[in-house]
Amino acid sequence: MDLAMFLSIIIGAIFINNFILSKFLGLCSFIGISKETKPALYMGVSVTFVTTCASIITWAIYNFILVPFHIEYLRTIAFILVIASFVQLVEMVIKKFSQALYRTLGIYLPLITVNCAVFGVAVLNSEMFFKPEINALTSFALSALQGFCVGLGYILVMLFMSGIRERLELCDIPPSFKDAPIAFIIASLMSMAFMGFSGFRF
Amino acid sequence: MKKLLKEFFKGIGSENPTFRLVLGLCPTLAVSTSVINGIGMGIAATFVLLGSNIIISLVRKFIPDQIRIPCFIVIIATFVTIVELTMKAYAPELSKALGIFVPLIVVNCMVLGRAEAFARKEGVLKSILDALGMGIGFTLALLLISSIREILGNGTLFGLLVIKGFEPVLYLVLAPGALLVIGLLIGGINFLARKRRVV
Amino acid sequence: MSKLTVSPSPHIKSGQTTKKIMWAVIISLVPAGIAGVYIYGISSLNVIILSILSCTFTEALFLKFRNRDPKTILDGSAILTGLLLAYNLPPQMPFWIPIVGGVVSIILGKQIFGGLGQNIFNPALVGRAFLQISWPVYMTTWKNPRWWPDAVSSATPLAKEVSSHFSYTDLFLGNHAGSLGEVCVIALLIGALFLLFTKIISLHIPLSFIGTVGVITWIFGKEGFFKGDFIFNMLAGGIILGAFFMATDYVTSPLTKKGKIIFGIGCGALTAIIRLRGGYPEGVCYSILFMNAAVPIIDRFTKTRKYGFARKSPSAITF
Repeated sequence: MDLAMFLSIIIGAIFINNFILSKFLGLCSFIGISKETKPALYMGVSVTFVTTCASIITWAIYNFILVPFHIEYLRTIAFILVIASFVQLVEMVIKKFSQALYRTLGIYLPLITVNCAVFGVAVLNSEMFFKPEINALTSFALSALQGFCVGLGYILVMLFMSGIRERLELCDIPPSFKDAPIAFIIASLMSMAFMGFSGFRF
Repeated sequence: MKKLLKEFFKGIGSENPTFRLVLGLCPTLAVSTSVINGIGMGIAATFVLLGSNIIISLVRKFIPDQIRIPCFIVIIATFVTIVELTMKAYAPELSKALGIFVPLIVVNCMVLGRAEAFARKEGVLKSILDALGMGIGFTLALLLISSIREILGNGTLFGLLVIKGFEPVLYLVLAPGALLVIGLLIGGINFLARKRRVV
Repeated sequence: MSKLTVSPSPHIKSGQTTKKIMWAVIISLVPAGIAGVYIYGISSLNVIILSILSCTFTEALFLKFRNRDPKTILDGSAILTGLLLAYNLPPQMPFWIPIVGGVVSIILGKQIFGGLGQNIFNPALVGRAFLQISWPVYMTTWKNPRWWPDAVSSATPLAKEVSSHFSYTDLFLGNHAGSLGEVCVIALLIGALFLLFTKIISLHIPLSFIGTVGVITWIFGKEGFFKGDFIFNMLAGGIILGAFFMATDYVTSPLTKKGKIIFGIGCGALTAIIRLRGGYPEGVCYSILFMNAAVPIIDRFTKTRKYGFARKSPSAITF
């Protein structure tokens, strides 16, 4: 556990293995909600919050429930249930305590339940860090960091994409390529630009 | 009978999950680097879809409306776990190649989408046909995308060399290539659909 | 219907037409091309010709296919794209590579977005990055200057395994292996001066771009903390070509001065990071593409407020 490892997780999660552009997770929301900047940003912030919390919660579930009872094979079911109920809980808490926040973020939360990025980060953490040879505290720190950085990478790409798509409103795109197809092609070119970061060494 | 057939064929054609509904894209893009992986993912997803559609349509009258989504998720996750463990035991190579995208079938919008839009309202037979149609449509889409990517990006099909002296376009087997292929395919299908409408 | 094209880019003022600007940039690039062909031999002219022809043909075909006026071919933008693409390629390669590069540049880089003035990414760099990723072997087989004893070389001065040091004079004159149009710094600077004097480009982007690369490579260079060889890093590779001729492209760079400086610093920082730590020896192409994607967002945060208008854009971000 040293600085180089942290740096490589940060750069890896934001740029090299960006969830949207290189793992294709959260792609539905990426194509669906990136038409304007403001919703894209709010969605990004919500996703970051949820990925970070989900990383921490799934770490706890795995280490305190699944491992002691030797039921690691129930990982998929346990994780998805916990994530879904967590998102539901957040929605209820926000609704109760801050009507203003609920009005801005409320509509995005149900979308996050089925956002593959959140579940993806939990599974990825468990495959990368939840191993006997990595001690529990380290795996906690790394999981939380990875959860947060995956969210940052999501925000970054959402912001770029929404800016581009707002500009495209004025462009003379071939009609068959409007909306989804051009969004995929832009994503492809962005993914290509992000490949410049591949092979980073610290 | 005609109606039943319609339920089956809509998933392959007019309501193809990948090209028409644009659902369940993460696995489509991530595993379509080779035809074998594509078909493997297609079959796995079809199995989950079939299982969850059958169970959900069987118990549809007993599930309270408010908590239906968590119930669906548990049912889907059960089938995903079955697939995951079976694949690990009998096809370890494939399981390694598909990686985290096998457990990710849980959050495949296509599976939950069919449960929500179809299986919770319709009978078992119809739900089976719907699941088979959608699953085959999904597998065919994967087959198409992965053949394009494997032939052009790697110069092979099912791991066999197809064109001699062809310099494969490496771009297509990498992440940006997946996004490019799906973008061009959807655009192309839109173009053909528009053309047909005009004529 | 689309006789009036609304472009999001800076609207061109009187006197300067798109055509004039394009041709001026093409002329400003000629010295570097002559230098490249002189250094690597007459065969490298093929790359330039094939690339320009491919871009022009693709553009003509696409315009015809979309029933647009094919005369816009003469505005020089396709020729400029072809020229810039060729300048970013090694001087010797199979004939089909520049052709494929031209097709990709024009279709994926430009026409799919609606053509001139509407593209998001620099078309020539889209083509070059596509080629680099697809056929890495051909894109990294370099050729030595024709007066060197061994003709085929595998390393540019930026390659990470190269230990021998190139003198600054060699870098200035282009006496080393490298991409066709980026080697001869002095020829590029002559062209850049021409563009600066005719006010076609401003110094904001090039200065902040090259300056940032200098500062970062000085501080974190491989020679040690605050001991990096920044002059080398500011001269080697595609940075002069990229900073003066490609990052300054009107369509794919920000509108305001502040935006331009942010854009330049971003390009510079990414280039330096990729050079110092990345897997590729050179990062100019990827950094410019990356920052191209950020341009609409930069514009949005730096755009000058219109006086007498309330901020009413439905999606304006208020912090």
